[in-house]
Amino acid sequence: MKILEAKSISKKFIDPVDFQVLKNISFDVNKGEFTTLVGKSGCGKSTLLYVLSTMDTDFQGQLIIDGQQTGELTKDQLAGLRNEKIGFVFQFHYLLSDFTCLQNVMLPALKLGKLDYKEIEEKAYSKLEVLGLSDQALKLSSKLSGGQQQRVAIARALINDPLIIMGDEPTGNLDSKNTKIVFDIFQELSRSYGQTIIAVTHDEDFASKSDRIIELKDGEVIRS
Amino acid sequence: MNINTQIAKTYIVTNKKLTGVAVAGVVLGMSIYIFMNSMLLGFDKSSSKSIFKTTPHIRVYKDDEISKPLISSNGKQMLLINPKIVPAKNTIINPAQVISSIRTMKEVQIVTAQVNTNIFYNSGKSQITGICSGINPEEADRMYAISSTIVEGSIQALKGNPNGILIGSGVSEKMSLRVNDYVNITSSKGVNKAFKIVGVFKTSNSIIDKSKSYVNILAAQQLLIESNVYVTDINVNISNPDDAENIATQIAASTGYKAEGWEKANETLMAAQRMRKIIITFVSTTILLVAGFGIYNILNMTITQKINDIAILKAMGFKGKDVIRIFVTQAVTVGIMGVVGGMIMATIIITILQRVYIGGDIGYFPITYEPTKYLQGIFVGMIITFFAGYIPAKKAANIDPVEIFRK
Repeated sequence: MKILEAKSISKKFIDPVDFQVLKNISFDVNKGEFTTLVGKSGCGKSTLLYVLSTMDTDFQGQLIIDGQQTGELTKDQLAGLRNEKIGFVFQFHYLLSDFTCLQNVMLPALKLGKLDYKEIEEKAYSKLEVLGLSDQALKLSSKLSGGQQQRVAIARALINDPLIIMGDEPTGNLDSKNTKIVFDIFQELSRSYGQTIIAVTHDEDFASKSDRIIELKDGEVIRS
Repeated sequence: MNINTQIAKTYIVTNKKLTGVAVAGVVLGMSIYIFMNSMLLGFDKSSSKSIFKTTPHIRVYKDDEISKPLISSNGKQMLLINPKIVPAKNTIINPAQVISSIRTMKEVQIVTAQVNTNIFYNSGKSQITGICSGINPEEADRMYAISSTIVEGSIQALKGNPNGILIGSGVSEKMSLRVNDYVNITSSKGVNKAFKIVGVFKTSNSIIDKSKSYVNILAAQQLLIESNVYVTDINVNISNPDDAENIATQIAASTGYKAEGWEKANETLMAAQRMRKIIITFVSTTILLVAGFGIYNILNMTITQKINDIAILKAMGFKGKDVIRIFVTQAVTVGIMGVVGGMIMATIIITILQRVYIGGDIGYFPITYEPTKYLQGIFVGMIITFFAGYIPAKKAANIDPVEIFRK
């Protein structure tokens, strides 16, 4: 089952110089696939991920997520779609430093508002528990180590049971030990829970262990 | 609690210092705004009060007329070279009827006839010039609150005593006259009459205290060798002094005499009052605006600090208007805290100032708690803080998360 379809996506940067960053990219991602986007720096893989994430709407071509043409949606509707269907994990953790880990994990669910506060709290706890962080739940997120923060960010990405988890260099800022932990979590999510994952990485090791590698070069897919 | 409110609350609580500075700014602006505006109103009230001690809201009198050609003949322009004032009497004809016709007007509270004349006070060889007002004691007391200025004797004694006189404290001092002494008065018509002093008043306006005296209207008419229908002024007090000009016009139209409102009669004072109003409004609004800029700056700073947070919130599905709500909530919360603090502060300042003695005509510092000014302050304060929050929040809402993540 196709969860995400990219149809001839092209994108051009005009500022500072005219530069075709993505050239006619097409591929599908199926449910449960653990896909990595690889390529050299500047090949457009991060740009592609932001296009796929619906945050960047300035491109040509079609992006279909869960059967929905994203081009037809307004910015606010796209935000709603991200909230419900996409979880993000970034290179630099990107937790809100004024909030506790638990609150950070709860935020997307509180925004979605499908469950009441108590239920969300319980769910957030269980997610943190899965990631082995339940004892850190009430600490301010800024007080945690990098590896722990990244795991909190994963828990936050999971809170709304998204269709897709998108990672932008999720291990880029971690040492090898933590990289392994995060990778194991991703693999576990993919194998045991059938979670769809799209991650940008330049870590060959990380990529080689994923289900599928899409390699970009100069804005074109050279392997998928 | 709504998630946006919760985030706003967290930002407020975790940035206690910034919040504190912003609140302090609003407290200061707000308290000065309320205090200065209350003070302005207090000044106005006190100056009106001191005006109304000697001036009625409306004075009806017969104005001097310039002589005109008797015949205004058809088409031809008649010219009088060197026209002069008509040497007619400045008396109101049939004052009783004029008074009763003014009384029928709805807004009118007190109408009283008055005869003013220039006089000399004589006591032994010493002589002082002055003005004597012939009044109806009861009505005049209600109009000018004369009894509140009496330092010796009473106005009651003037009632029904055609030989009684109330003199100013300055006159009393200069001629060393006390209650129950006699003073000889010479009028402009050369009439000499001895009056028994029944009271001494002190208005704290030294010019008045040194010259003015009150007698019964009948006695004043006698001093001018006139009958009891001779009335120079009809004084009118109305329910709302601010309507004076308006009602004066109506009275002038219905009676045919000149009716002058107190604002016209005290043009210099009114001009000073207007000027004061402009200055105080300008200064107090500026201070409040500066407080608004404080909030604006601090919020701008918060947004710059939290730009990563905003980007991540947007990535997680928070909409532009959610971001606006978060920061506007923050600004409005600061605004509410500042407004409440400002009201308390203003109340304290006013309470202290009310106890400061100025002296002279004014007495204690003329300031009161003005509910309208408090409300106005709340209104203006909240509007300014709202916009001080909304403008940077709008900017934050337009942040493109991708741009932040790329850095």
